[in-house]
Amino acid sequence: MNALNHTDHNKAVCIENLMVKYNETPVISGVSLNVESGDYLGIIGPNGGGKTTLLKAIIGLIPYASGNITVYGKKPGKLGRLISYVPQMTTLERTFPITVSEVVLTGTLNAAFKPFHQYTKSDKEKADELLHTVGIYKLKERMISELSGGEFQKMLIARALAVNPKLMLLDEPTASVDANARDQIFSLLNELNRHMTIILVTHDLSAVSSHVKTLACLNGKLVYHGVTELNEAVVNALYGCPIDLIAHGVPHRVLKMHEESE
Amino acid sequence: MLLSILQYQFIQNAIIASIFASIVCGIIGVIIVEKKLVMMSGGIAHTSYGGVGLGYFLGFEPIIGAFLISMLAALGICFIKRRGGTRSDVVIGLFWSLGMALGILFIALMPGYPPDLSSYLFGSILSVTRADLYLMAGVTLIVVLVISILFHYWKAYMFDEEFAYLLGIKTAWLEYLLFILIAMSVVVLIRVVGIILVLALFTAPPAIAERLTKSLKLRMIFSVMIGSVFCLMGLFASYIINIASGAVIVILAASVYLMVYIVTSVKKSMRIKKSC
Ligand SMILES: Nc1ncnc2c1ncn2[C@@H]1O[C@H](COP(=O)(O)OP(=O)(O)OP(=O)(O)O)[C@@H](O)[C@H]1O
Ligand SMILES: [Mg+2]
Repeated sequence: MNALNHTDHNKAVCIENLMVKYNETPVISGVSLNVESGDYLGIIGPNGGGKTTLLKAIIGLIPYASGNITVYGKKPGKLGRLISYVPQMTTLERTFPITVSEVVLTGTLNAAFKPFHQYTKSDKEKADELLHTVGIYKLKERMISELSGGEFQKMLIARALAVNPKLMLLDEPTASVDANARDQIFSLLNELNRHMTIILVTHDLSAVSSHVKTLACLNGKLVYHGVTELNEAVVNALYGCPIDLIAHGVPHRVLKMHEESE
Repeated sequence: MLLSILQYQFIQNAIIASIFASIVCGIIGVIIVEKKLVMMSGGIAHTSYGGVGLGYFLGFEPIIGAFLISMLAALGICFIKRRGGTRSDVVIGLFWSLGMALGILFIALMPGYPPDLSSYLFGSILSVTRADLYLMAGVTLIVVLVISILFHYWKAYMFDEEFAYLLGIKTAWLEYLLFILIAMSVVVLIRVVGIILVLALFTAPPAIAERLTKSLKLRMIFSVMIGSVFCLMGLFASYIINIASGAVIVILAASVYLMVYIVTSVKKSMRIKKSC
């Protein structure tokens, strides 16, 4: 371990006073957030709270209006293979004519165009291994249109892993996934977190309380960032109204309802 | 009887032109159907009509005008698409009609007897010259090469552009390149097959191939073959009943698509009933 590195380089992500706009409307503003290397950050927030927007800004898929983002000291869009991404599944074309293993193989593509590129034997072995890791190796020759939602998610995770990233961003990887697959995905993420930094967007509050190390709550602005402990005030600020919250390890401990409205 | 037709030079040229057109349209068509760029390609094709008019008006080769204008339209439409947001379909609709309107205006302003523009809309595949064939061969070669040289990158870009970007692949560059290929294909093909047939060949064969195979590469190959069959049958029919070949080919393509659609839908619903 080289502890003498510049501090910024120990930070996986540094975000300072970030503002992102779509057509002049700010979607997130004033977001400052540091993610330590090795962290497992959970991001929660209501629909439209800007979670996907934040991930895309970190990757460099959308420009930001003001503020600053660095990932391991580098600017978004110039990250090489430091970072990988599991997109929100709803944004992809599920009928596209491509097989599972071809999708995973795209994760091995390099930035520079190589004429008549063919995947090498080691690319293919890597893809097979990753399909084993996520547990869908037997589906490798299937067309993606023939996958269930959970299998599709696992394929996207395998593709993201083919990049060999230091930082992995996942946007609701357990949406539309049954309880069993959900548990598999979370234990895989726990395993991965031993050697990579993870940022996970999820609506699954119970998973958040039992798996992630730190928590960020995003509703246009950063409502909370810190240890994984939700209290009523934060949840109110986040969702605008009290919600049932299954908290930390204690199953079905629901936060007390409170009557007054804002 | 078929053999005796084949002796004519213009029929031979028409057959070769049909095959080039089917290759270009089959390959590009699968991409634009998958990428949902049909509307944008229609925009490029129709805008080029303005270029044809400009050529007549200023007295240079109309096809050069079509080339310049459709390149501009392709780059403009791609730019608008990448900017996103501001109702890109509306802007493309405007491009589309503005191009046609300008074409008509330029022709009206042109001194002398107005040329017959219907050959640009419907093509005149029976009057393809040797020079046309060379041009078409060139563009066909470029399209086939550009797509196959970067095939895996195109696939990654088509399936998930954002992930391709994350890998560092120059997706903006790929997208502009694709639009340039579309513009090139359109221009080379309108003289021989017409704007309307270009659009039919861009869409009908890929749509039928989509129902026959699930592999992207096979879909392209099937589209090329289906397109060729339509063109050749259309040519033959138009020779016999003496109707514009473009129109016959489009009617043929559309009715076969409809038939395939009905048959596969009925099959599907029968399968669902059986499994109940
Ligand atoms: N391409 C876009 N153009 C304009 N506005 C957008 C665009 N994408 C998202 N928005 C808006 O930005 C806001 C934040 O969207 P975002 O997708 O980041 O939310 P989210 O927190 O990921 O929500 P969800 O939980 O539903 O996935 C929303 O109000 C949305 O309407
Ligand atoms: Mg989202």
